[in-house]
Amino acid sequence: MTPFLVSDKWYDIRDLGNLSREILEAADRILPFGVVYVLAALIGFVASFLLFVLPSQLIVGVYGERRIIGRMQSRLGPNRVGPFGLLQPIADAIKLIQKEALTPTRADRAVMYIAPIVFVMPAVLLWAVIPFGENMVIADIPVSLMYFLAVSSLPVIATFMAGWSANNKYSLFGAMRIVSMAISYESPLVLALLGAVVMTGTISLSGMVAWADEFNIWMVFVQPLALVIYFICVSAELNRTPVDIAEAESEIVAGYLTEYSGMKWGLFYGMDIGYALAASGFAATVFLGGWTFFGLEQWVPGWLIFIAKTHLFYFLFIWTRGTLPRLRADQLMAFAWKFLLPLGVFNLLIVSTERMLWSEQDYAKGLIYVFALVNIVLSVALVYAWARFNGYRPEQTPTRPRLVKQAGGYIPVGERS
Amino acid sequence: MTGIIKSEPFVINIGPQHPSTHGVFRIKATVDGEKVIDAEMVMGYLHRSMEKLAEERTYTQNIPFTDRTDYLSSMSNNLGYCLAVEKLAGIEVPPRGNAIRVIMAELQRLASHCMAIGAFANDTGAWQTPVMWAFREREKILDIFEVTSGARLTCNYMRIGGVAFDLRPEFEPMVRRVLREFPPFIDEMEGLLSGNEIFIARTRGVGVLTPEMATNASLSGPMLRGSGIAWDIRKADPYCGYEQYDFDIPIGYNGDSYDRFIVRLEEMRQSLKIIQQALDGLPGGPFRTEVPLALRPPKGEAYARIESPRGELGYYLVSDEGPSPYRFHIRPPSFINLSALKEMTVGGTVADAIVVLGSIDIVVGEIDR
Repeated sequence: MTPFLVSDKWYDIRDLGNLSREILEAADRILPFGVVYVLAALIGFVASFLLFVLPSQLIVGVYGERRIIGRMQSRLGPNRVGPFGLLQPIADAIKLIQKEALTPTRADRAVMYIAPIVFVMPAVLLWAVIPFGENMVIADIPVSLMYFLAVSSLPVIATFMAGWSANNKYSLFGAMRIVSMAISYESPLVLALLGAVVMTGTISLSGMVAWADEFNIWMVFVQPLALVIYFICVSAELNRTPVDIAEAESEIVAGYLTEYSGMKWGLFYGMDIGYALAASGFAATVFLGGWTFFGLEQWVPGWLIFIAKTHLFYFLFIWTRGTLPRLRADQLMAFAWKFLLPLGVFNLLIVSTERMLWSEQDYAKGLIYVFALVNIVLSVALVYAWARFNGYRPEQTPTRPRLVKQAGGYIPVGERS
Repeated sequence: MTGIIKSEPFVINIGPQHPSTHGVFRIKATVDGEKVIDAEMVMGYLHRSMEKLAEERTYTQNIPFTDRTDYLSSMSNNLGYCLAVEKLAGIEVPPRGNAIRVIMAELQRLASHCMAIGAFANDTGAWQTPVMWAFREREKILDIFEVTSGARLTCNYMRIGGVAFDLRPEFEPMVRRVLREFPPFIDEMEGLLSGNEIFIARTRGVGVLTPEMATNASLSGPMLRGSGIAWDIRKADPYCGYEQYDFDIPIGYNGDSYDRFIVRLEEMRQSLKIIQQALDGLPGGPFRTEVPLALRPPKGEAYARIESPRGELGYYLVSDEGPSPYRFHIRPPSFINLSALKEMTVGGTVADAIVVLGSIDIVVGEIDR
C-alpha cells in the first residue's frame, strides 16, 4: 500500500515546502524581481505563527499550562476571556503592553534595556536547526546538536545582565545563583547527549531522526537514563520547578525579574515558554524520534507528529511544576556533580560498549532491541544503586511522629513513652 | 571569606513586602553570599493597640477583638478570652456549651493547620499545589463556621458563659462530612510531601531546635512538640472537659522543620479523633449560662491558657470591679515562638531561612496585636 498523497505536489501537506514553493514560483512570474523574497519572509512568518507559535506558545504554553496546573490544584484556571478562556494570552499581552516598564532610578539603564532583547534572540535562533519534517528545517547544518547546545547557553548571559543591572539585592541573588549553577548542570547535560551522538554516529539532528527512522527505535528506549538526565538538567537551565532556583518566588521574590515590569517582563515570561518549547522540541528530536512515528509519518504530516511530541514533552514540565517542591542551589549543584555526572559517565560507558558490539549490518540489526531491553533494566538498577551509594536512605526518615499519652517533659528518641 | 575577589557581607531586607513573610513581618538578614550570618526581626507593622483599646470596652465587647489577633484561628482566641473572663467572674459553663466549644476549637485547629502546612509547602517551593489542596479542605470547615456563627473568618462565636447560638440542624452532617473527607486528604498530603525526597532534603536538619533551646525560649505548640517534648495544655492543664476525650500528643525526633510539619499533620488526625468523640457524646441542655450584659467581675486577676493551633495562648485579665478590664494582656504563641528565629536561621542559607520562618507558622496579627 502506498501513501494516498504523492510527494512533490503542492497538495502534499506532509512537506509544506511544496506548497510555499508553488506559491512563490507563481508569484515570481508576476511580481518584479526581488519582491518575492519579501513575500517568502511574510509567508514564513504567517505560517510559523499559525502552525507553531499560536498552538504551542500561546495555547499550550500560556493557556494550557495555566489551565492544567489549575486542574492539578483543584481550581479552574483561566476561563473568562473568550471561549473556554482561550483568549487569555492575548488579554495578558494587551495588559502587559499597556503597563509602564519601570526602570529603577539607580539601575544601569542601558543593560537593563537590552537584557530582554538578548534573552529573546537565542530562543528564536534555536528553532533554526530543529527539523519539523523531512525537508522542513531552516538550517540543516551538520553540527546542529552543538549549535543547539551553544545557543541554548546564551540566555544565562541575558539573565545575569538583567539581574545585575536592576541594582536590587534580590535580582543580584537570582543572577548569581544562575551563573553559579550554570556549569554544574550543563556538564551532565552534554554527557547525556554524547551518548546519543555515540550511538547514532552523527551530530546532526536530521541525522538522528533518520537513524531512529531506519532502525525503528527511539533513542529514549536505547538510553532512558540519558533522557532522565537531560530532563533534570534542562529544567535547571530553563528555571522551571523543581529547580527554579534563580527566580525562586518564595525566597528571592522573582530573582532577576524582580524589577522588571510591563512588556520587558513579558518578553522574559514569553521566552521562558519559548525556551521550554525549544528544549521539548530538541528532546523530541533526539530522544523521541523527531517527526517519525514508526511509519505513520507517511500518512500523517510529520510536522504534526513533531508538534504533538513536543507538547507531550512539554507536559512533563507542567507536571513537575505542579507537584514538586524546590531544591536549594547547593543541593542542585551537589546533585548534578555527585549524582547526574557519574550516571552520565556510566551511561556513556554502556552505550559505547554496545556501539562497539553492534554493527549496522543486517545480520546484527536486531541486536539494538536487545540492547534497549538491557539498558532499561540497567538504568533502573544504576539509578537505585548509585542513589544508595550516595546515601539515599528513605527508610531512615520517619514520616509519622511518635505518639505519647501523657504530657510531660522531653522524651529522647528511642525511649518508649 | 578571603580570596582574590574582595567580598563583604551585606544586609538584605526579607519583608515587609515579601511573598513568604505571611503578612507584614520583616527579617533584616545580614548575608555573606547565600549564608545568613545575622538575622534581626522587625515587627510592629500591624500593631493595632488591642490591649489598650480593650481597657475602654466592656468584657463582652472585647470578644470581637480577639477574633482579630490571630485571624486564622478566631474560635480558639474567643475561647481563651472567654475562659479568662469566666475564671475571673467564677462562671460555670454548661456541658453542652463546653462540648460545642471543644468541637469548634478542634475544627479551628484543622483549618489553621491546613493553612500552616499549605503555606509551609509553598515556602519550600511546591508551587501552590499543596496550599490549594489545603484551602479546598479548609473551605469545608469555614462553611461549618458560617452556618453556625454567620462568619467564616472572624467568627465571634464564643460568649462569656457558653456560645452565642445553639447548633443548627445542618451542623452535624457537615461535621460528619469533614470527619469522613479529612483522613484521605491528610494521607494525600503525606503522599505528596512527607515522602518526597526534595521536601525531605529541604526540611530535614533545617532550623534545628534542641529541647534546651525550645524550653529556654519558652516555645509552645508544634514548635515545642517537634523537639520531642510532650507538652500540650489540653493534657497538662485541661479546660472545657478535654480530660474526657482520648487523644495522643504527637512529638517529633530532632526538632527540625520536617518534624514540625509531620507533628502538625498528626495533630490534625488527633483533632478528628476528638471531634468524633465530642460529636458522638454531645450532651443536651442549655448551651450558655445567662450572664449580665454589663458584667462586673470581682476585684482580682485571672490567667487562662489554652492550646491554640500555634501553641499556648494565654489571656491575662485584671478587674477593678468596673465594667471593663483594668488590664488586658495576651500571650500570643506566634510572638514567643518567633523568638527562636535567630538561633534557627543563622548559619543556614537564605532559602533555609524562608523554610524556617514557614515552619514557625506565624500570624502577624497575633504578633503585633
